Amino acid sequence: MPWRLLRFALNKKHPEPRMFTPHAELKPSYDVVIIGGGGHGLAAAYYLAREHGITNVCVLEKGYIGGGNTGRNTTIIRSNYLTPEGVQFYDESVRLWQDLSEDFDLNLFYANRGHFTLAHTDSALRTMRWRAEVNKHYGVASEVVGPEVVKEAAPMIDITCSGHAPILGALYHAPGSVARHDAVAWGYGRGADQRGVEIHQQTEVLGIDVEGGKVKGVQTSRGYIATNKVLCAVAGSTPRILKMVDIKSPIYIHPLQAMVSEPVKPWLDPILVSGSLHVYISQSARGELVMGASLDPYELHGTRSTLDFVEGLTTHMLEMFPFLSNVKVMRQWAGMADMTPDFAPVMGKTPVEGFYLDSGWGTWGFKATPVCGKTMAHTVATDTNHPLITGFSLDRFRNYALTGEKGAASVGH
Amino acid sequence: MKILTCPLNGPRPVSEFFCWGEVRPMPDPAACDDATWADYVFNRNGAPGVKREWWCHTPSNTWFIAERDTEKDVVVRTYFYEGEA
Repeated sequence: MPWRLLRFALNKKHPEPRMFTPHAELKPSYDVVIIGGGGHGLAAAYYLAREHGITNVCVLEKGYIGGGNTGRNTTIIRSNYLTPEGVQFYDESVRLWQDLSEDFDLNLFYANRGHFTLAHTDSALRTMRWRAEVNKHYGVASEVVGPEVVKEAAPMIDITCSGHAPILGALYHAPGSVARHDAVAWGYGRGADQRGVEIHQQTEVLGIDVEGGKVKGVQTSRGYIATNKVLCAVAGSTPRILKMVDIKSPIYIHPLQAMVSEPVKPWLDPILVSGSLHVYISQSARGELVMGASLDPYELHGTRSTLDFVEGLTTHMLEMFPFLSNVKVMRQWAGMADMTPDFAPVMGKTPVEGFYLDSGWGTWGFKATPVCGKTMAHTVATDTNHPLITGFSLDRFRNYALTGEKGAASVGH
Repeated sequence: MKILTCPLNGPRPVSEFFCWGEVRPMPDPAACDDATWADYVFNRNGAPGVKREWWCHTPSNTWFIAERDTEKDVVVRTYFYEGEA
């Protein structure tokens, strides 16, 4: 390593290859255009090239790659969901995560920590028993444990939560993990780039050309692209893109905020979530406490952060961990979450031929990045919904066939 | 937006209010078909813009309308509901 550093210092030209090839111009046409250079979009590009041999693909990103919700989430990976559709889907994702670092030859800092969802009421405990049974049925490690197990895993916790919300038990999910989110976007981006996919940053989509119910092209801030297939993976901007193709959806946007503390000595190994106190916490590899809470209370298409959020979150955090009272908050931020009424995503084909949707990822999208990429690549390549995503199609609302996942949302939104 | 003006109580902190979403006309459930009803129940105008929304000042249980820019987070005006024009 010191030799390599010296080589960097003495070399006039940077010897390390760039992560991506910059492209000066857009081509006049592509086989597939992916809108959104976040984890989901880049993963779809990667699997399109790797599994389906489709490399004449372009990824359009309005800002910079991984700068949206991919870089704004709290990096928790788990599969202890509530519905059979959800459990199978997320479990496939967790399996993909486990090999991803080798796949990319890039360290994602994937750390298996174990995940506790705390129950402070009998009804919460009841939902957890239900989740544990569904999980076990599909082979996912998930069990209900008593408060003594929580205390052993996180000795600093006040198990009574200042006396007014005693922890009665928890749903323990051993595969619960964290990973470095930026590296996920870069890994998928570099893998796609090496296989011939073009990534265009600073390129905004202004309109989508639809003729006779079929996609014909995309109007961008850098010119027109002809294409028959468009994949939309834009999280909080989904309603804007859907307006361009005139598709109605139940998706609505609320900001979701998060914050980190100053770095402190390692003291918290597992990931802790409390639905009743509306908080979740984990400690990052560099010692910062990564914390989040529930959604902002009203619709907003922006990423401003608020003092209300910090006050609410820290109040509850101090009930669980009173010793944190002297720890400073270092920074806070927000992302635009594309929420759905049933807390399940909206994925797959749409009424417009050649327009595919990977959306409705609200507050739960990061963990699904690999499996979304894989299933959407299949859906785009074959023009058939992948079997794992049939429960998530847009027409489930018209058919009153929802996939109720709210009971497994990290905190009660 | 940190302060919202209630038509009854004047300017108050936004934490005292609850947003009930955009004002939307309800189709007659007895007369409309399933697709129209599903559209009303589930679909939303999710794109940014100036929207007319139901808000409630919770301490006084006062319901009113706010016209709000959902991109800039700025309230244009607030007033009591007086039926659809």
